Amino acid sequence: MAASPYASPMEKGWYYLHRLLCGAVLLFLIAPILVVIPLSFNSVPFFSYPMPSLSLRWYQEFFLTGRWQGALHNSIFVAVLVTLLSTALGTLAALGLSRPNFPWRAAIMSLLISPLVVPGVITAVAVYFFYADVGLLNTYTGLILAHTTLATPFVVITVTATLTGFDHSLTRAAAGLGAPPITVFFKVILPLILPGMISGALFAFLTSFDEVLLALFVASPEQRTLPKVMFSGMREEISPTIIAAATVLILFSIAMLTTVELLRRRSERLRGIRNT
Amino acid sequence: MATMAVQIAGSPDDIPLRTKLQRVERRRKLRAVSLVLPLLLFILIAFVLPIGRMIFNAIHDDTLLRLMPRTMAALNAWDGKDLPDETVYAALVGDLKQASAQKTAGAIAKRMNYELPGALSEVMSSARKASALSAGLYKEALIEINPFWGRHDAWSLLKRGRSAYTAFYLLRSVDYQYGPDSQIVTSPPENAIFRDIFLRTLGISIGVTAATLLLGFPVAYLLATLPPRSRNLLMILVVLPFWTSSLMRTIAWVVLLQDRGLVNDTLIALHVISQPAELIFNRVGTIVAMTHIQLPLTLLPIYSVMKTISPSLVRAARSLGAGPFYAFWKVYFPLTLPGIAAGCLLTFILCLGYYITPALVGGPADQMIGSFVAYYTNEDLNWGMASALGAILLSATLLLYYVFNKLVGADPIKVG
Repeated sequence: MAASPYASPMEKGWYYLHRLLCGAVLLFLIAPILVVIPLSFNSVPFFSYPMPSLSLRWYQEFFLTGRWQGALHNSIFVAVLVTLLSTALGTLAALGLSRPNFPWRAAIMSLLISPLVVPGVITAVAVYFFYADVGLLNTYTGLILAHTTLATPFVVITVTATLTGFDHSLTRAAAGLGAPPITVFFKVILPLILPGMISGALFAFLTSFDEVLLALFVASPEQRTLPKVMFSGMREEISPTIIAAATVLILFSIAMLTTVELLRRRSERLRGIRNT
Repeated sequence: MATMAVQIAGSPDDIPLRTKLQRVERRRKLRAVSLVLPLLLFILIAFVLPIGRMIFNAIHDDTLLRLMPRTMAALNAWDGKDLPDETVYAALVGDLKQASAQKTAGAIAKRMNYELPGALSEVMSSARKASALSAGLYKEALIEINPFWGRHDAWSLLKRGRSAYTAFYLLRSVDYQYGPDSQIVTSPPENAIFRDIFLRTLGISIGVTAATLLLGFPVAYLLATLPPRSRNLLMILVVLPFWTSSLMRTIAWVVLLQDRGLVNDTLIALHVISQPAELIFNRVGTIVAMTHIQLPLTLLPIYSVMKTISPSLVRAARSLGAGPFYAFWKVYFPLTLPGIAAGCLLTFILCLGYYITPALVGGPADQMIGSFVAYYTNEDLNWGMASALGAILLSATLLLYYVFNKLVGADPIKVG
């Protein structure tokens, strides 16, 4: 809606004021990230422009020192296992839930996605008390299981979404033609829900990779993840290495979520859902 | 159905079709349930059970019952009026001796100290000295050792300890406590901090919700009315921050708002201010950073509702003689209300549970209820208090989420 040529001066004034305000808000949204990222290339440990010269020393510190490398390895290790576990559990559950006339569907669905609703600090504290009793505190297993509870809802949601409008006569046709259930799953169902599964898996990976509260509560320095190290670092003194690490994580999440978005569009196109 | 059953009745296995169908149906249902079962059990054990236990912790504390069994048994006979009689004191000395030997005196002292500040050192020193007491008049001897045991409120507290369930932590969370005769009284000012913290949490959440609505509504309107091409371009500006984790965005704000950070540098360079303004570790920094994090979450539901509003409605209103503002206010705005309600409620719910952002950009006076849950868990090690505050926060969140669900419908949080 451009300002119409018949608009009164008052309307035109409002029109430009609205545009100006929107510009300011969008700047507020994007500027903090865009302004801070270049500071990770600063050659001196200050956070101000103009930068005296550019350097990669903070990235060098991030990629070459044990403190950060250990955290990066832990983060990747935990996130990969969380992804595998939550994708398997979540996909199975979504398949079951999308069967017609599943009993108490709504109630079970809201229970399965409840980890998204409960405030993070409550989950962290509750899991901490629980782990203290069962002896899972400060273990990789504990951290992985805790992250998996947070990650599975995403898999359930994305796979259920690809299954809406799923034609169950396809599986019946395959079964009628003599395919055993395993073959039906791998040849008919899996190709159709794969985009949803991959999106869910990427979400699960990112959930674990970015998660800080559970890592703060249930992990010891041995299981430190990147966000945990960054959070503790922020409480002491901000070093440009934290900004370098943040930059790496930001680029990583943007790359992953762009993939998710592309997959979603592709899946909708494949299933013939038109979206404007 | 009846005729079919008759027809099938001739078949070799003699089972009516109705039963067969029911069996197949039941088997299908069972298979579907067995697919969901692993995740359901996992969530129940690894998530629901811990949260249930945390809520249970808020009302359950058997420290005294467990560690002072003799005293608790002897106190059954006490009427709660004057001081207990000799037998109770004898039981207490027995328990203190045992506590001293098994090194559990600390736990008892700490538990009593929660309700009677100052009890910690009294109980510890009594436990040490009690081992020297032998048979005789325990009552006088014990009060001689430490006048604490001549205090009526100490004995009321012990009498309450006979039950494994206590309302103390929940009462304390709303600034009440037990008085000397186990009646419920308001906490003294030095302990009455929690109502302020709840109000502060509420205030910050309302402030952030209002800010995101004020900033998000115009942008949502712009995005909904732009042609798709430029809309997609601007959408990236909204979605990119949304895709960055809140910790990363909080870190960005710390860098920006520091005393010698970019915002202060710029303002000084422009001669707006002469010395750095205090932008961080206070309410301003907290609200700004939280608004930045929550803005897309308020904006996107409003935008998705606005996209469904036909522009011809406003045009019709205009052609019927309504002025531009009247048409917007009377026709367009009411249609956006479901989106506003959904976006604001979502942001408000999420704000209530904030912990990381206030911890990094807020000062001591900006910490929200989540920070106190964490503090009582990690530093004060008062798990009953952490659980009680957590239980209250959780109930508020779930209640609001229920309202949200009624308002918006089944689809809870849209991803991707």
